[in-house]
This record gives sequence, structure tokens and C-alpha cells, in this order.
Amino acid sequence: MANNHYDAIVVGSGISGGWAAKELTEKGLKVLMLDRGQNIKHIEDYKNAHKEAWDYPHRDLATQEMKDDYPVLSRDYPLNESTFGMWANEKDAPYVEKKPFSWFRGYHVGGRSLLWGRQSYRLNHEDFQANAKEGIAVDWPIRYEDLESWYDYVEKFAGISGNRDGLDVLPDGQYMPGFDLNVVEKDVAARIKKAFKGNRHLIIGRAANATQAQPQQGRAGCQARNKCWLGCPFGGYFSTQSSTLPAAMKTGNLTLRPYSIVSQILYDKDKKRARGVEVIDAETNQTYEFTAKIVFVNASSFNSSWLLMNSATDVWEGGLGSSSGQLGHNVMDHHFRTGASAVVEGYDDKYYYGRRPSGFYIPRFRNWGGDKRDYTRGFGYQGSASRSGWRKDIAEMGIGGDLKDAISEPGTWTIGMNAFGEMLPDHRNRIYLNKEVKDKWGLPVLEMDVKIRENEQRMRKDMQQDAIDMLEASGLKNVNGWDAGYEPGMGIHEMGTARMGRDPKTSVLNKHNQVWDAKNVFVTDGACMTSASCVNPSLTYMALTARAAEFAVEELKKGNL
Amino acid sequence: MNRRDLLKLITTATGVAFVGSAMAYDIRPDISLQQTGFTKDDVAFLNEVGEVIIPRTDTPGAKDANVGQIMAVLVADCYTKDLQKAFREGITSLNNEAKSEFGKDYLLLDNSQRTTLLTRLDKEAKAYNEKQKMWGVAMSSPNGRREGSKEPIPHYFSLFKQLTLFGFFTSKEGGTKVLRYVPVPGKYDGNIEYKKGQKAWAT
Repeated sequence: MANNHYDAIVVGSGISGGWAAKELTEKGLKVLMLDRGQNIKHIEDYKNAHKEAWDYPHRDLATQEMKDDYPVLSRDYPLNESTFGMWANEKDAPYVEKKPFSWFRGYHVGGRSLLWGRQSYRLNHEDFQANAKEGIAVDWPIRYEDLESWYDYVEKFAGISGNRDGLDVLPDGQYMPGFDLNVVEKDVAARIKKAFKGNRHLIIGRAANATQAQPQQGRAGCQARNKCWLGCPFGGYFSTQSSTLPAAMKTGNLTLRPYSIVSQILYDKDKKRARGVEVIDAETNQTYEFTAKIVFVNASSFNSSWLLMNSATDVWEGGLGSSSGQLGHNVMDHHFRTGASAVVEGYDDKYYYGRRPSGFYIPRFRNWGGDKRDYTRGFGYQGSASRSGWRKDIAEMGIGGDLKDAISEPGTWTIGMNAFGEMLPDHRNRIYLNKEVKDKWGLPVLEMDVKIRENEQRMRKDMQQDAIDMLEASGLKNVNGWDAGYEPGMGIHEMGTARMGRDPKTSVLNKHNQVWDAKNVFVTDGACMTSASCVNPSLTYMALTARAAEFAVEELKKGNL
Repeated sequence: MNRRDLLKLITTATGVAFVGSAMAYDIRPDISLQQTGFTKDDVAFLNEVGEVIIPRTDTPGAKDANVGQIMAVLVADCYTKDLQKAFREGITSLNNEAKSEFGKDYLLLDNSQRTTLLTRLDKEAKAYNEKQKMWGVAMSSPNGRREGSKEPIPHYFSLFKQLTLFGFFTSKEGGTKVLRYVPVPGKYDGNIEYKKGQKAWAT
């Protein structure tokens, strides 16, 4: 019989799971990393990585049949031929929408680390204090200073490109050189700075695209192909496969088991500790038990919460961590899909080379410094300027050789930006088990009851209007504000369903990401977030995971776990 | 019966294993013309229409890129049912227009007759679409419409044009010989000189 005991089990292999595996194995622990889906080998399994539109049967478009099979994915951009199979099968793994919720899931080794947007920002000092100052939800049990050195640590390894912009609202980190702002973006940046007296900043995005090689990791660095979602054969961006998994494997301490759906954490009620996990093999439906001294839960926010809900139900009806009454509550995402665009006149003699896998960023300026609005918190913008390609208005102008010539030259410059707003933790926004509906493996599924509320609705007005104002203040023409409508989940930044806190009565996790009711269980993915900030969250999960892993190993050494 | 049901029936009958769930970075199977319900004659006809919209000049044209084939595939698999119907009826309508204006089938027209006819249809299509408050049909994505949509159906010629432009500029010929294509740029430079006449990047 195979050895079923390890020092540590990591549930999930995405951004945070990969970090947990790396840190724990490098500190000498024998680790079992479980993922519910198939393995994807670095480079070897990136089957579409060198393809172009003409290499796909439908030129990379989703077919009607794909839309029928993936009704949730087809609500937004992710459904296409190049990443087909990289999103959870919606028939095998359904969920219930009490209110509309778009859940975009990556059920395979590496999870959404292969498919993420790679924008990597630190939360700022205020982000960790805002809940306490405003009396919203509960206070974070940590402050920026607790995480600062961990941000440094993970940034250096992951390879984040960006500039040190010296802004309080967006703390600087350890960066490789940032991508260029293009000529139009630089000009607009200068005009915004002038028009808003230095209170608004258009900077290059900080992205987990390595602009320099990292030979020690076997990563050649970003080649500006902008094909990140196909897996990068150059190791150009941070993913489990390119970065943390090889490091963990190198230690000789990691066992990776794909097709392993963790159905529950096995809880020892006398010792008040987890003793391991129960696994259903996704291919054979056989059940296995694996035991360990510690369990890191990194199954992605909602699935990590699902796992807790489905565990120790003989002790707590609502599952492990539910004694606080907070498990599954306080769902957060980033609400977005509103902003503005404009035509930029001139620059006909300017163009760019390469495909930048990132854009510009305008950090939060609302409710910051002296600014006060009729809502709390704020938002940032992501955007870019570019010249139009063959899809331009002149497509409507006639037929023939002249059309062909005109359409195949770059057209006018346009600039656009999309706001990402902070969503407040609200107890009413929640997910819970629906035991009537079962997935392919007979497990209960999640039901979502989440909506954006007054604070977000008020913020959205500014999210659009401020974009319009900035573009108009830059002297641009044909400025168009837009709001494409937002449905929770579309930000693909699910957070908050097993929050950290200072009190076991009002939080699921303590300041070290330990479940209050089972100290050897750590949850370090988005579920742990006490508030959402308005910046992309993954970098924070990396930092929290590395920090928690060090703590866990120290505690093990002290005999506390 | 839809294509999926048919496939199931075929695989059951022949015992050929049918992979139900997609694998990661799944390689999508090529679509044969037979699967589209269009014929070789249809493809030839569509190529001849496409060639007038995007002709061969000093660079390849629609026929070089065999846009007729991808048009058939996109209509069969990416178009909604109502657009499929409009497109198929469009083939008949276009031939009828040729007959009423020049007394013969479209394929029998010479180049200048074809250009005359399609230029007229292009103008009519534009006017028709605008009247129904539809803009940018020719540059829109072939799979943008949702099944069951209540939006008006564009003029059929706009569908031909949309598919020709999309099919051509996403083809290897259009992407690498008409537009500029660099598979591995190596870096991003946000400020290079551009001279009139230089082509846009393919991707």
C-alpha cells in the first residue's frame, strides 16, 4: 500500500497552493499537493502556445455548441478555442445561482495561475485599517507592516515588472523594469497629471510578466507575445507551472496528485485538529484517506469554503470554521466593466512594436487624501491606448482593392480604461451548500446569493464619470462613457468567505490564517480576505501564503501543531 | 436532430470512443466541409464573392486564403440559426440579383459586372442596416449574436462581407502576407516611427 501520510497536505495547486507547496517543501516538509483536475506539464502540455488564429478550426471563436455547453463562461470573454478545456466543465460541476453569479473556474493543476490577468499590486496601509476606522465588518488582524517583507519576498521570486512610482496609495515593491507606456499613454499621463494637479496618476501596470530572464528558475522571460493564457513556453509570466511547482519539485519533497477531489477535511474532535483529508479520485470515484500534521487549504476562495462547510459536520452543522457564523459570508469581488474611451487625434507617424501583455494603471484617488465622496473606498483603472487594426469603421466603406489597402493599415489611436471598484464585505452576500443539487461525484454544490449594493452602485457613477472627465481634461475627442453591466463573479476575484479576524466569534481564521477551530488547518487563498481593496488580489495571497507557511513550520518545530 | 445528437448516434452505432469532456488546451478537431452542410460549389461561389470584396492585388486575396471554406465553417458552427437562414437565403438572393441585372448566374459574370453588382449590394446593405440602427456589422465578430436574440437581422450582403473580412484577416495569408506578423517580438516598444503604407500588426 502506498504511503498515505505526509507532513503537510496542500489542497489546490493554483497561485496560493503552489506557493504553499514551495515554501513547505523548501523548509523540509514532505508535502502532498492535491488538485481536482488533470495535470498540465510546463511547456509540454501548452499545446496551443505557438498557434495563431489561423491554426484553429473556427479561428479561435467559440461555437454555438461551446456556448451551449458553457452557458456561464459565454457570458463574458473567456470562452474560445485556444483555452478550451481550461475552464471547469459546467455540467460535471454545476452550481446554483440564487442571484446571478458568474463563476469562472480552472479545474486543473496550476488552476487559474495559468489564466490570470497577472496585475500585481500591494494593498496599502489604509486597506488594512479601513474596516476598523469605518466600522465595517471586522478589523484585519494584520497591518501592512506585517506583510511588507513578504510582499518583497514573493515579488522577487515571481518576477513582477513595474516602476517604483512613489505613491502612498500604491506601495512600491521589488520590480523588474516595467513595460513602456506607449507614446500616446505617456502624453495622456502628462495631461492628466497637469489637469488634476498631481493627484491622479497614469502609470504602467505592475504585472507578473518577467521583463528579465530568471535563469535560476529556467525562465527566459516575457517575449511580448501576449499569449499568456496559452501557457508560456518561455516562462514569461508567473504560474504554478513556471515558478513554484519546479521549485517545490526540486526539493524532492513534493508529491503531486492530480484528479484528487478533496471531499472533506478529516477532523479529530478530541485533539481539535485535522488529521488529514478524504479524497475522491475524479477518474475512478474511489475514495482515499491521506493524513498529515498540517493542511493548507488553497482550493480557490469558494471551493476552500465549500471544503470547510463539508467537513466536521458531526461537530458543527455548518462545517469546520462555521462556529463564527461567518463561513461562506462576506463574499467580495471587484465590480468593474464601466469606464470610458476616446479617440486620440494625431500621432499618425507613431506606432508600437510587440504585444504588451499589460496596460496602464490609474491608482485609486477617490476618498484618498483630502477627497470625500458619498460612498466609501475607491477604485482604480486599467486601460491602454492603441491604433485600430483591420476592424475599423472603414470596413463599411465599399469593397475591392482600395478597401483592402485602407483596412490593412493601422487606423486612428484610441484610448480606453476600465474601472475596478472595491466591494464591501456584507454579511448578506453569501454562498452555502445546496444539498439538493449534486455534482458528477455526488457531492453537494454551492449556491450563490450575492449582489452589489448601495455603496458599489454609488461608486459606479464615479467610475464612469471620472474616466470621462480625465479623457476630456486630456483634450481628447469623441469621449464615450460606458457601463457594460456587472454581475458578481465576473471580476474573477472571489474573496472573503472565510475571513481573517481578531476574534473567533466573528471570523473564521486568525492572524496566521489558521482556522480558529482547527489550528493545523490554514486557509491562505482569497477566502481569507477581510476586505477587498480595489487592487488585484493575487499578489496578496502569495504573500499571505508564504507568511503562513513560515509560521506553520515554526509551530511544528515548537510542537504546537 | 442537431449535430451533437447525430454525433452521439454515430459514435454509438460504430463504437468509436467519443471524448465527452474537453481536456486542457484541447486541440479542437478540424471541421470537414461535409459537416457544415455546404458543398464544394458553395465554397467556390463564396470564394468568388469574397475575391471581389478582398481581391488579390500585389498581395494575396480572399480566394488565395480560401475564405469560402472558413465562411462555411463559421456559418455552420458559430452563426445562430436565424443568421444561418439569412446567409443561405442570401446565396439565392445574390444569384437572383445577378440574373435580374445581367441575365445570368453570378459565377458567369465577368469581373466588372461582379464589382458593379456587389458595390450596389454593399451600399444597399449599409443603408438597410443603418435604417435598423445596426452599425459596424461588417467588422463585427461572426459569433457575436446570441441564440434567441430579438435584434434585427442584418442585410445578407453584410454577412458575406463580415465573414470575408474576418476569414481573410484571420487567415495565414491575410495575417502574414497582407498584415505584418512577428511571432516572437521579444520586447515591447511603445514609440516607433510609422510611415504611411506600412501595414498593421496582424495580432
